[in-house]
Amino acid sequence: MHAPNNPFRKQVTANLRIEAGINWLLRLCAYAIVIAASIIFLTIFWKGSKALVQPTFPFINIGFLTERPETLHVLEKEGSPTLSMGDREFREFEKTHDISAYKKASYVYAAGGIFPNIVGTVLLVIGSMTIALVLGIFSAIYLSEYSRQGPFIHMVRLAILNLAGVPSIVFGLFGFGMFVLAFNWGVSLLAGWFTLAFMVLPVIITASEESLRAVPKGFREGSLALGATQWQTIRQNVLPYALPGILTSSILGIARVAGETAPIMFTAAFVMRDEMPWQVKHFTDFFFQGVMALPYHIYVVSSKIPQNEYTEKVQYGTAFVFLVVVIGIALASVMARIKMRNRYKW
Amino acid sequence: MNENAPAVKPHHTVNYMSESQASESARPSETLAIEPEHHKRARTLIDIEHVDFFYGKSHALHDINLKIKEKLVTAFIGPSGCGKSTLLRCLNRMNDLIDGTRVANGAIKIHGVDIYNPDVDVIELRKRVGMVFQKSNPFPKSIYENIVYGLRLQGINNKSRLDEVVERSLRGAALWEEVRDRLHDSALGLSGGQQQRLCIARAIAVEPEIILMDEPCSALDPIATAKVEELIHELKKDYTIVIVTHNMQQAGRCSDMTAFFYLGKLIEFDATEKIFTNPSQKQTEDYITGRFG
Repeated sequence: MHAPNNPFRKQVTANLRIEAGINWLLRLCAYAIVIAASIIFLTIFWKGSKALVQPTFPFINIGFLTERPETLHVLEKEGSPTLSMGDREFREFEKTHDISAYKKASYVYAAGGIFPNIVGTVLLVIGSMTIALVLGIFSAIYLSEYSRQGPFIHMVRLAILNLAGVPSIVFGLFGFGMFVLAFNWGVSLLAGWFTLAFMVLPVIITASEESLRAVPKGFREGSLALGATQWQTIRQNVLPYALPGILTSSILGIARVAGETAPIMFTAAFVMRDEMPWQVKHFTDFFFQGVMALPYHIYVVSSKIPQNEYTEKVQYGTAFVFLVVVIGIALASVMARIKMRNRYKW
Repeated sequence: MNENAPAVKPHHTVNYMSESQASESARPSETLAIEPEHHKRARTLIDIEHVDFFYGKSHALHDINLKIKEKLVTAFIGPSGCGKSTLLRCLNRMNDLIDGTRVANGAIKIHGVDIYNPDVDVIELRKRVGMVFQKSNPFPKSIYENIVYGLRLQGINNKSRLDEVVERSLRGAALWEEVRDRLHDSALGLSGGQQQRLCIARAIAVEPEIILMDEPCSALDPIATAKVEELIHELKKDYTIVIVTHNMQQAGRCSDMTAFFYLGKLIEFDATEKIFTNPSQKQTEDYITGRFG
């Protein structure tokens, strides 16, 4: 329909041009994030998969997942192909060949696998999240259900907020001073657990409080009006409905606990350890042993050994496996959350 | 029939006008000036004496005096913010849950015992004084588990005992026939009116003496409302009921006694018919006839 005197006719005004410009600017910002994320992930996936995937059966380099890190020896001799082998293989090779004919280069941790690191990281995550969830949920219950709002509670909340802003290296030093030295736990799982737990506590407390508040007041009133004590009410009629929300937020915590290097480098992580965590004399020793961990291993292999074609595999491979482990743990808690949501729907 | 005039129930057809004159002269200081004969015979169960109530610094209730009689329905009416819900929630100490609230003066006595006395067990009190809320609040559990919730709290887990209580309570709340085949389905699948009756069933499952109802029908449609009102009529055979309502017709239809509150003060407390037909206070009359509120 064409009206000669259309009062709404489109005109190119300055405002319209600004509008279009802003639109594109916003769009570019959003796309930039996608591009950055894809570059990071694709690089790690592409290069890391070289360490993990192989062209022959069984297609996955099982050794990388099940063996300990070893030193890689590279042997070069003019007129023959370059040999690269792990430490054990090299010792056998040494017996039958004349090494002095070769030009030898060694790279620590560049051969073998990262099994102890995976185990260490999983242990650190499970332990610290257990401690953080118990402490966090209990204090959130106290703060949102029991306490009277006043200057003291205000101070507690302020302290929690401040805790959230503390850099992770400070948590590492705190853990070192407190747990490793003052409590004399040594560089140990236990010290790492508590250090990491304190680091994620603010996230967990804040999120737990929010989830508790999201449970309708009617559930509490209905229960109390039937003669329930406050703990009975919380235990049976508040906490079950808040747990999915608490778990959701703890997924963020898991990623952080698994990923931080600084808090564990003084408290729990070993660069290299020959025994596996379960190879202890007495079960109490389990808690007082240091472990190898993936993020710390990434730090070591990327900063303490040369960067070249021989070491690249283990560097990217570790990062790749690390990402997969974090995604795996996060997925597990997502599943737990979905299962709980379905059970407690309202 | 006039919309504003409540229906007069048969048991109220006593000549309360002459009754009122008689009792007024006999007990001039009594708030309960006029009562039908059987009301007067009823024992006082809840005795509210000179109660002042504060939310922090705001003075919500001023010197409330009220005697609530056993096995009658007492309605609290008044405009929003007049303190009727506050007073109701004082009766089972639900206000304790709100920080900074206190009963400053006076006493609320049930069976002559001051329920704000420090050695009163609030849990025991709330078992005796059940409550139904404005927004029906079934727990997201099965119908069965909703009803037995209060019993399980008391550690009763005997299957046959629980089954018996579920049937008795649901019958008591006129819900049994509608839900008997789906007791283990989620309570959230019920309609709004059914949910509210479920909440009533849940309250009577723990066998209270008193049931407090805080605008139980405000979120219900007229048919569901009629069912709940019918139920209130049945329940008063066994329970003392205190109901807060915004709906004056409802107060007229289902209560025996009515208390009118305005700005935190009890303006008038009397037999429902008296309040609705011949209130002694000007404010009550203005409110009843819809001049404000």
